[in-house]
Amino acid sequence: MTAKRRPGRYGLRFVALGYLAMLLLIPIGMISYRAFEHGFAAARSSVTTPDALHAFYMTIVIAVIAVVANTIFGVGCALLLVRSNFRGKALLNAIIDVPFAISPVVVGLSLLLLYGRTGWFGDVFLNNGIQILFAMPGMVLATIFVSLPFVVREVVPVLHEIGDEQEQAAETLGANWWQTFRRITLPAIRWGVAYGVVLTTARALGEFGAVAVVSGRISGQTETATLWVAREFGQFNTTGAYTASLVLALIAVATLLAMNLFKRKEAS
Amino acid sequence: MTPVAPGARAEAPPRPVAWPRLGGAALGRGLVTAYLSLIVLIPIAALVAQSIDGGLDGFWTAVTSPLAVSALKLTLISSAIVVAVNVVMGTAIAWVLVRDNFPGKAIVNSVIDLPFALPTIVAGITLLALYGTNSPVGIDIAFTRVGIVVALLFVTLPFVVRAVQPVLLELDQEMEEAAASLGAGPLTTFRRIIFPNLAPAILAGAALAFARAIGEFGSVLLISGNLPKTQVASLFIYAQIQSGNDTGAAAVSVTLLLIALVVLLVIGRLTHWTLRHDR
Repeated sequence: MTAKRRPGRYGLRFVALGYLAMLLLIPIGMISYRAFEHGFAAARSSVTTPDALHAFYMTIVIAVIAVVANTIFGVGCALLLVRSNFRGKALLNAIIDVPFAISPVVVGLSLLLLYGRTGWFGDVFLNNGIQILFAMPGMVLATIFVSLPFVVREVVPVLHEIGDEQEQAAETLGANWWQTFRRITLPAIRWGVAYGVVLTTARALGEFGAVAVVSGRISGQTETATLWVAREFGQFNTTGAYTASLVLALIAVATLLAMNLFKRKEAS
Repeated sequence: MTPVAPGARAEAPPRPVAWPRLGGAALGRGLVTAYLSLIVLIPIAALVAQSIDGGLDGFWTAVTSPLAVSALKLTLISSAIVVAVNVVMGTAIAWVLVRDNFPGKAIVNSVIDLPFALPTIVAGITLLALYGTNSPVGIDIAFTRVGIVVALLFVTLPFVVRAVQPVLLELDQEMEEAAASLGAGPLTTFRRIIFPNLAPAILAGAALAFARAIGEFGSVLLISGNLPKTQVASLFIYAQIQSGNDTGAAAVSVTLLLIALVVLLVIGRLTHWTLRHDR
């Protein structure tokens, strides 16, 4: 019986791994080759131009703001969803997932329409000299939008699992809500939060479509790393595009390692 | 200092424990609603308002313009192909990861999530590096519809795998052994025993993959080469934004959003129903 099954099993293994190799691994191996095709020095100098460095700087600043905002919101929102009851909870729960169902370009367009000259909020900010579109605030708003659900979705199941007995005990013993949160809840959910933060970071660093629409793509000013990569590739500066892609791919691999680590910590 | 103070403190009623909590919950609810409104709801409301700026007729005219129709059609057809391939390959990969054993399995398992972690524009460039105009293997899918499908396959790879994997892990192998001992071949066992158990998970993964595929932008941008024949809906919207046709862009955006929400809702209900039906 087992001997008969073997060829089928090897066949399936071959097909599954072959598919992964063709779709994922060989293409990613290929960009490392293409990045260093003209030598290490060429690759290095191609991504250390002022524009490139500024683009990576923009990406990091935007990602940090988006991660901090969505982490605070995510933990608070998860607590609200799990630990309290109110009308409209199911609706709130559904709205959280909207960013997963919406195209990044559509996110960008929504912000463009809202904060544009004829938009509902356009006048308010422009009359006060605050530039939202084609500037940092708009890019931050777009990035927060697309990476919003991750922390909530990672923390909610953990909160369900730990229950609220310890929190109630702490409260009975006279702890206020902040002490209860800091001493009881936060330590219990920390790996879930960490996992959500990693996912949020990866999404924020890689965001392209929404930021492409709201940033105006001004090189050296409102260009993030992903926008810079796209422009370089479009202008046939392939070494720069491949090298920056490789940097971003390495960050993605680091993200995977962090995800594995946090998943294991969470499980133990 | 005054003799009254200690007595007054003793007379004060014990502070109700629940008070700060209730107040906190109300405040929290307000803050969460405000944040969600500012970030998600008001922008979407502005989008919907713009899409019906010229009335429902205007919306309909924009969505049924030849370019919009061909973009939506291409999007739905390529997403359907992508979902079909994902259902087969995703289930196969999940199967190999759960039931098979080979050296390096743990690495393959974590590599599955790479498309989630990799920026979409990098995914596009990565595919073009191997299957582009200067392809070292002689396969050139740049600027073709096949290229669009491959890019969508890349970015949606994890959905079905990650949905099926945990269910397959939990699945009781005794049922399969019973089927086999009663004379069922591997195909019959799969069709009658394994597939019905996996179906809800496959559906759920497929719905997420579909929702992702119809909105995908970064990975298809470079592969499409800005040609009309490879213009999917997201690229169409982007082109309309660039040319200042806000209403046309908004109308197709709202259509796309509605399709995604309906698919997620229907499949959500369906998996919910199958799960309940089982018990």
